[in-house]
Amino acid sequence: MSIVEAILLTIVTASTPLLIAALGELVTERAGVLNLGVEGMMAMGAACGFAGAILFDSTLLGVLCGILAGGLTAALFAFAVLGLAANQVASGLALTIFGLGLSGLIGAPFIGARRDPITHLHIPGLSDLPLVGRLFFGQDAFVYASLLLCLGVGWFLFHTRKGLLLRAVGENQTSAHSLGLPVLRVRFVAILFGGACAGLAGAYLSLVYTRFWSPGMTSGRGWIAVALVVFAAWRPGWTFFGAYLFGAATVLQLHAQAAAIGIPSQALSALPYLATIVALVVLSLGRRRDTGAPGSLGAPFVPDR
Amino acid sequence: MTELDAAAGAGADETGPPLIAMHGITKIFGSLVANDHIDLAIRAGEIHALLGENGAGKSTLVKILYGLLEPTQGEIRWRGEPVRLAGPQEARALGIGMVFQHFSLFENLTVAENIAAAMPPDLSLAEVAAKARDVSGQYGLSVDLDRPVWTLSAGERQRIEIIRCLLQDPRLIVLDEPTSVLTPQEADRLFVTLERLAASGCAILYISHRLEEVRRLCSSATILRAGRVVATIDPRAVSAREIAGLMVGAALHDVVAGRAAAEGTPRLLVRGLSLAPEKAHGQALRDIDLVVRAGEVLGIAGVAGNGQGELFAALSGERLAAAPDVVTIDGKPVGHLGVTERRRLGAAFVPEERLGHGAVPDHRLAENTLLSRHGTGGLVSRGFVLADATRALATRIIETFDVRKEGADPRARTLSGGNLQKFVVGREILREPGVLVVNQPTWGVDAGAAALIRQALVDLARSGSAVLVISQDLDELFEIADRIAVIHAGELSAPEATGDLTRETVGLLMAGAAAPKGTVHAH
Repeated sequence: MSIVEAILLTIVTASTPLLIAALGELVTERAGVLNLGVEGMMAMGAACGFAGAILFDSTLLGVLCGILAGGLTAALFAFAVLGLAANQVASGLALTIFGLGLSGLIGAPFIGARRDPITHLHIPGLSDLPLVGRLFFGQDAFVYASLLLCLGVGWFLFHTRKGLLLRAVGENQTSAHSLGLPVLRVRFVAILFGGACAGLAGAYLSLVYTRFWSPGMTSGRGWIAVALVVFAAWRPGWTFFGAYLFGAATVLQLHAQAAAIGIPSQALSALPYLATIVALVVLSLGRRRDTGAPGSLGAPFVPDR
Repeated sequence: MTELDAAAGAGADETGPPLIAMHGITKIFGSLVANDHIDLAIRAGEIHALLGENGAGKSTLVKILYGLLEPTQGEIRWRGEPVRLAGPQEARALGIGMVFQHFSLFENLTVAENIAAAMPPDLSLAEVAAKARDVSGQYGLSVDLDRPVWTLSAGERQRIEIIRCLLQDPRLIVLDEPTSVLTPQEADRLFVTLERLAASGCAILYISHRLEEVRRLCSSATILRAGRVVATIDPRAVSAREIAGLMVGAALHDVVAGRAAAEGTPRLLVRGLSLAPEKAHGQALRDIDLVVRAGEVLGIAGVAGNGQGELFAALSGERLAAAPDVVTIDGKPVGHLGVTERRRLGAAFVPEERLGHGAVPDHRLAENTLLSRHGTGGLVSRGFVLADATRALATRIIETFDVRKEGADPRARTLSGGNLQKFVVGREILREPGVLVVNQPTWGVDAGAAALIRQALVDLARSGSAVLVISQDLDELFEIADRIAVIHAGELSAPEATGDLTRETVGLLMAGAAAPKGTVHAH
């Protein structure tokens, strides 16, 4: 396996959790809810996913535990911001702190445990092609799932009536309510979806990316996912681009650090963030007047009766 | 529908139970009784007006009728059967459609998507579009289904609302202040549509405070005052003045306008003002020239969203002009100066939005006087607020302008719209500014307060100030302005003496018809 191929493969692995978490947050925000708790939900997904996989000795059940954990954490958030109309920013921040703390407690007994690598797709012939064989036809199921998810979210939002309903609720909650659209119900489902995605992304980290669990292993990826959604102007296609750009920059700067090319390592560590911001800002220059932000993003909704 | 059916359905159906009857509807919010035992009945094919001042309870009643609010007490009967409306879906299922005053549209979605959002979810977008095309053809309501809503004019937006409403095949359509954002010509087209609908047997509840319209269109009217029904009348048989008296509960005084002394000195001068839009969906200003002279009221008419807010911001100094001499106050170039500096030169400004722009909602009135008066003397000493002076000034404004309030110094948000507007306008007028710019002075204000504010504006001008009034209300401008100009798509027409203008000519300008060339006045 050449070094180029190895780098390309690690880029995919680094980008997949970002893409999954960002897509979940994108759907949540398109419904008008700003959930800053992605980091916490991801941490819960990582810890519960890993614990589930060890306890049941099954990666699949582990992944389900991760999704469930992310969804349950999100349900807590939904209760606060929908049921009690609490401030979304404050609730989201609290959710992150809560998720990081609780995941530490859940994961503690599993420190030191390891999981085996999961199986990758193998198509005789195609997967053995030089350079691109492993890249396109030899990934694990998560990678393909994340790409399908990206297409699915785009299709759902812009080509289905349910997607229109979700965008309408996020665009103008007052109008949506006066038309009789179920604002709170739509938002509840969107928040759960976001949580499930964050949980899945977390489970990917502990079950595939590192294959062990350690406290704080999400290390800010949840925040990157939140930022990606904004920079990608709430579009699934651009989110894909942003996630892979960030993943690529992360991997490349690690190699650059290893090669000791004379740039301070701190500057290299900052590179992925910088590159992502620059690229997405350049992308959005053409539409500076319209950021694409859902009109009701972050606004609590209390119908009077 | 065959022609025979249409003929049979024409006019109000006088037999049997009414289409909808509301009995003893009461709605209480906290300590406020918004609706107090209201009775209202509408028959099929009838155009029924609901009249009342702001705060009389019209909107509350309509929201109850559309299932958005639940009445505290009372009963609604549909074709004689009692019904309970738990939400807009249920109201729609019965055949009640609603055209909202502040449109319930989604700016960033296309017209077709906006219509689909209100349709049953089993229809595809293409099917919805096809149905919308049918209805728009049938009633002559043309709209481009693929355009995003933010690119449309208010008239076009209203057409979307109406199409959306008609697609549900309603038996009763409720229109809340439908003409407030329309040009007179657009309003005429709306009336034709409504009359057609009524002729086909649809009942219409028409909410408005424009009495001439109501007298022209409606065959009966229910008048609300302070949450109660004060009269149910045939508006065609009663004069507009009498109706207004019923709404207000007292006889109205006309504004004594007088005439401006010919050719005062120019006090506010704008030359070649162009401004790029500040935010998404904003309006650019293009090469605006205007002169306001001492002693006169210059009115600027226009449909909302044609650059009024931007023009106000440029005049007040919230946005700076490209060069200092683009805006001049009493001969001094001020285009580069901010709000406070312009105030110090004797100018005063009243923005459109009372809460949040003209006043801080959670601050007390005395604190709010400080907001616009801190730079012009008497209220601040060496960086400290003179609390007694601000309170005394607030009291003087409150007394002079008859601001009704609860408590000694209440928070701004607790005042009713009309009273807060009197306070905000009074705060500026009491300073006797040389130049006053006011945007929508009586928007959403009851008739009594509006008359007081208009009189104060005229009196200020007659005392030698230059007053610029930006307003959507043509009646208001014809009442108080000496000259009227029209703003459309960020361009200002040449002002004309009010006496030489008719509503039709102004209406055409508001709709964007170019000003006829060579209308320079030589008197």
